[in-house]
Amino acid sequence: MKYMLLIYVNPEFAAQLSEQERTDLFDEVDAIMEDLRESGELVGGEALADPSTTRTVKLHGGLPAITDGPFMESKEQFGGYLTVDCESIERATEIAASWPDVRVGGAMEVRAIMQNSEAEV
Amino acid sequence: MTNQPETVADTLHASAPLVLGRLVARHGQFDACEDAVQEALLAAAAQWPQKGVPDNPRAWLLTVAGRRLTDWWRSERARRDREAAVMAYEPESAAVVPAPGDEPPSSDDTLKLLFLCCHPALTAPSQVALTLRAVGGLTTAQIARAFLVPEATMAQRISRGKQRIKAAGARFAMPPPDERADRLRAVLQVLYLIFNEGNTASSGPHLLRNDLTTEAIRLVRALHGLLPDDGEVSGLLALMLLTDSHRAARTNAHGALVPLAEQDRTRWNRTAIAEGITLITDALSSFPPGPYQLQAAIAAVHAEATDPKDTDWPQIIALYRVLSHLAPNPMITLNQAAAIAMVDGPEAGLDLLKQLSKDERMAGHHRLAAVRAHLLEMAGDHRAANEAYQEAARRTTSIPEQRYLEARAARLTTRQVTFNSALGGSGGAEGDQAAGSR
Repeated sequence: MKYMLLIYVNPEFAAQLSEQERTDLFDEVDAIMEDLRESGELVGGEALADPSTTRTVKLHGGLPAITDGPFMESKEQFGGYLTVDCESIERATEIAASWPDVRVGGAMEVRAIMQNSEAEV
Repeated sequence: MTNQPETVADTLHASAPLVLGRLVARHGQFDACEDAVQEALLAAAAQWPQKGVPDNPRAWLLTVAGRRLTDWWRSERARRDREAAVMAYEPESAAVVPAPGDEPPSSDDTLKLLFLCCHPALTAPSQVALTLRAVGGLTTAQIARAFLVPEATMAQRISRGKQRIKAAGARFAMPPPDERADRLRAVLQVLYLIFNEGNTASSGPHLLRNDLTTEAIRLVRALHGLLPDDGEVSGLLALMLLTDSHRAARTNAHGALVPLAEQDRTRWNRTAIAEGITLITDALSSFPPGPYQLQAAIAAVHAEATDPKDTDWPQIIALYRVLSHLAPNPMITLNQAAAIAMVDGPEAGLDLLKQLSKDERMAGHHRLAAVRAHLLEMAGDHRAANEAYQEAARRTTSIPEQRYLEARAARLTTRQVTFNSALGGSGGAEGDQAAGSR
């Protein structure tokens, strides 16, 4: 079963971290990624650029209108994701819980990925 | 696709376990031998379509893989390690292993490989990946594509599986008689997992999906050839053939799912059905029934009904009863409830579902909601059926199934609204819109 782990980060928290804390955080992420690679569970993932560089397209007066900034106004912003292929949602949640951003004011969302399964109905 | 590459692929897939078996029997070191065979297969896949298949493809592969092994060992300068490893493996006497070229096909080797790849020390994904590569002769890239994961991920599952085999001290040998039944059950489970994964279409060409079902059937067929007197092996082969026989009828021209009761049964593969029915009939008359045989028997009852109305539901219920006794499982109870509804009416089925919803494993499962929806629709309670279909649609992670469930829900809404407007109410257009927005 494939799950996407959506990483919500709080840029304010991240900005307050010391150089050492930041380095530790990156090391921790690297270690988790390496573990997932080794266990054969890692499918993929990307980190996103700072939310301030975001553009949002929305319908306005019947036409798509472009605005600067993210779609959702929130302290936590979508910062990236990783996709894992693992046994259960419990295991996916365990991976999410180990993600360091959770400790620094962020949040992880665990979402099952839809498949093109054609099992008989 | 022309016939030529098809022949090459078939030859490669059939040769892989035999070549690997002989190498492992001679040298031990399953890990290294498996890598060597994979390289030989890749070399053959690159060369044979152009240069033609050699007269003795197996000897060719054995020579290339053997050379690869020698190269590695030489470059690693691990002579001593190797000798130690070979000793530890206690291979069958090298003297009795004939030289390449005059080897008799050793089918026992294929069986030993299957037992090794499906060793209980491995995780299911590793068992599946290793079986497809070592026994199926597929490349890592092909397996990764079929499972929609990066090649590196699949390679990792394979190498991890091999590490586990080594760590568990598993040997390239037949399991002892007292473990054999359990180990064979594990093998069948892995092969069934591969088959079911084949029902998962990728977003890419449908060929990928069918490859895995075809591959699973090929492997079980080979296993059946080796163990013709095992009822469950026959049962699994029959179950796969009967399930796969619906393939062409399971989706319509738009790719939407067609439920069993509404499938165009003239599109079922009659050759596969005939083979499946023969297999399961023979198996059930000679061996004590096991779960795969019973599931195949149920599939056979469906296959025998050319019109869904002629389905022998009492027979199906009887088979489910034996199955749920033999291998209790909420999923079986769920199917049983659907069958009971066909004989005793939807209320009887719904009663059974009520008990099932207390089961933690099933409570939030989309299949439970889907069957409940179906039975409620049968009972004429369209409002509740609509809700249950929508609940099932929210819970499933299958895109085609979600589409099917949403369409069912929408159909009920439309019907209800049409019924209302016939009574003088308004909102027919609204109903159509709701249906159209899905």
